[in-house]
Amino acid sequence: MNLTALTDLPKARLFWPIVTLAALLLLNVAVSPGFFEIQVQNGHLFGSLIDILRNGAPTLLVALGMTLVIATRGIDLSVGAVVAIAGALACTIIADSDAPGEVGTVLFAVTVAVGFSLVLGAWNGLLVAVFGIQPIIATLILMTAGRGIAMLITEGQIITVSSAPYKVIGAGYWFGLPASIVIAAAMFLVAALLTRRTALGLLIESVGINPVASRLAGVRARGIIWTVYVFSAVCAAVAGLMISSNVTAADANSAGLWIEMDAILAVVIGGTSLAGGRYSLTGTLIGAFVIQTLTTTVYTVGIAPSITLVFKALVVIAVCLLQSPVLQQRMRARRRPPGSRPPASADTVETGALVS
Amino acid sequence: MSSQIAPAFSLARTGRGILGSRYTPVLVTLALLIVMFLVGASRYRGFASGQVIANLFVDNAFLIVLAVGMTFVILTGGIDLSVGSVVALSTMIAASLARDGWPPAAVIAVVLISTSTLGLLVGLVIHYFAIQPFIATLAAMFLARGLCYVISLDSISITEPWFTAMAQTRIPLAPGLTISPSVIVAAVVVVVAFVVLHYSRLGRTVYAIGGGGEQSAMLMGLPVPRTKVLVYVISGFCSGVAGVLFTFYTLSGYSLTAVGMELDAIAAVVIGGTLLTGGYGFVLGSLLGVLLLGVIQTIISFEGTLSSWWTKIVIGSLLLVFIVLQRLLTARRR
Repeated sequence: MNLTALTDLPKARLFWPIVTLAALLLLNVAVSPGFFEIQVQNGHLFGSLIDILRNGAPTLLVALGMTLVIATRGIDLSVGAVVAIAGALACTIIADSDAPGEVGTVLFAVTVAVGFSLVLGAWNGLLVAVFGIQPIIATLILMTAGRGIAMLITEGQIITVSSAPYKVIGAGYWFGLPASIVIAAAMFLVAALLTRRTALGLLIESVGINPVASRLAGVRARGIIWTVYVFSAVCAAVAGLMISSNVTAADANSAGLWIEMDAILAVVIGGTSLAGGRYSLTGTLIGAFVIQTLTTTVYTVGIAPSITLVFKALVVIAVCLLQSPVLQQRMRARRRPPGSRPPASADTVETGALVS
Repeated sequence: MSSQIAPAFSLARTGRGILGSRYTPVLVTLALLIVMFLVGASRYRGFASGQVIANLFVDNAFLIVLAVGMTFVILTGGIDLSVGSVVALSTMIAASLARDGWPPAAVIAVVLISTSTLGLLVGLVIHYFAIQPFIATLAAMFLARGLCYVISLDSISITEPWFTAMAQTRIPLAPGLTISPSVIVAAVVVVVAFVVLHYSRLGRTVYAIGGGGEQSAMLMGLPVPRTKVLVYVISGFCSGVAGVLFTFYTLSGYSLTAVGMELDAIAAVVIGGTLLTGGYGFVLGSLLGVLLLGVIQTIISFEGTLSSWWTKIVIGSLLLVFIVLQRLLTARRR
């Protein structure tokens, strides 16, 4: 999708994610030969691959924002809560309005939900960039309080809406493709163009690799960090709109539950290091689809629902181990003379922010 | 990023007097606990009774044990996201074995051995594969939750006489004041953890790894790899104990129980004054953190009109206050 990102990066970085995705897809084809078939019905595309794309769109969006946050050495745990808040806000506004079926009402609801996510993202950015609080902790606050806020909005109820224009976001079709795929693809392209065609991506990476050095080099780290958290919250809000629109209901408790985990895994599977620095949007794209394909595989292969999660966990563990610095080092050492590079540091808790 | 310290630093200077001691975060938690309790006592009839205080321990015994295990991990600068799932797994193992007629002692032994083994595996992966604790324990969280489903998709209730007895027994402390056996277990865990952390080599190594970084601990000749793995075993063991206490509390095993309990445990540890960067904090602080969460829940249940979601918002706000306080303290110490 983003050719520059593909050619710029060393091929080895995306090797395992692509192998995993291909292996999962081949497994699906082996079990059900018609897996790759895409049919056209009433001008809309249908098929297992389209399903993977459509169901993977929210995770992809959240992972997209997460990639940029992780590239600055941060992490955003609050995305699941933002997903719930955005869905709750939009559905409450639509349900309370006199004309839930009007396009204007839906546009207003979407604008308010996305607008509020700007505030939430700015809040995370404030804690991380201005107060210098560790990202994992700063976003833990909104992760805990956010679901409470979402329940406050819905008053603890599951808000159901019947609004045709709103349903389009998560379940409708544009240009023959599911609308959610179009939205996710558009946001992905915008992010890719903005960060790879301008200096923004370079600045983000420099802040992630060495905050002190990049500040001395004149990079406005504070603004950059603020931007990535706001972007992450907006991505999460759009994902929240998709999820609530797809089921035409806002459930403050379960909407976006564990999506932060899926998103972080997608980023990690895509080869972006949690230690910050170099990131790969293409990797995240592949990572998100690996996770979604994994879920689909479980259904296609007919794995009993009782061991679905164990299966998923084992695949995740395998991918993480394959990508661990130690194993990568061993493989590199086999190809190259030993001692060419020291092992990567694996401290999760970055004390860099505190060293002055 | 270091330029952003400036405002916090100057703020800390003005507050040097109150932020002087290393016990400050714990004392703030204690003060807050007392204030919250007094607020509750002044607003609601029957709040200021010994039994309400005793119930704080009865209702949160499992969380206390969980927070103790989490304190060890966080003191080394790590994190354990798997504890909630491991509690659920423990309840499932206990309930299914009890249903099959295993003697209680064997049931508990199996639970503790399996959760400790899971902790050991997580610790080994973290240390020898250099995978971040966040990711490794996240995978363990999925795995433990998945194993719950493998045992059973449905809730299993426990009718075994010994478990029922443990659930119903009340130990009188004074007239009109009773506690459950779980409280005694939790108290023992807290005392043992306190002694280990402050009066043993293991405890000093735990503080050294988190406080000065692994490199300096290694250069001091401390057994860093062993200790780093061991804290996850301790956390796994504590999750197992917490799981057993949780089965006493609910008398059932259910796959979907204890979702998000890891957040409560982390929140209690942070509110108790332990730095998430490691090396600084007290196990008694975590105990106070759990009690503070308990008081908030009690107030909300006494209020009646306040809905349960306020708990989350209040816990989030408390987290914010304590994290900013920690930030000021660390800025001052640098």
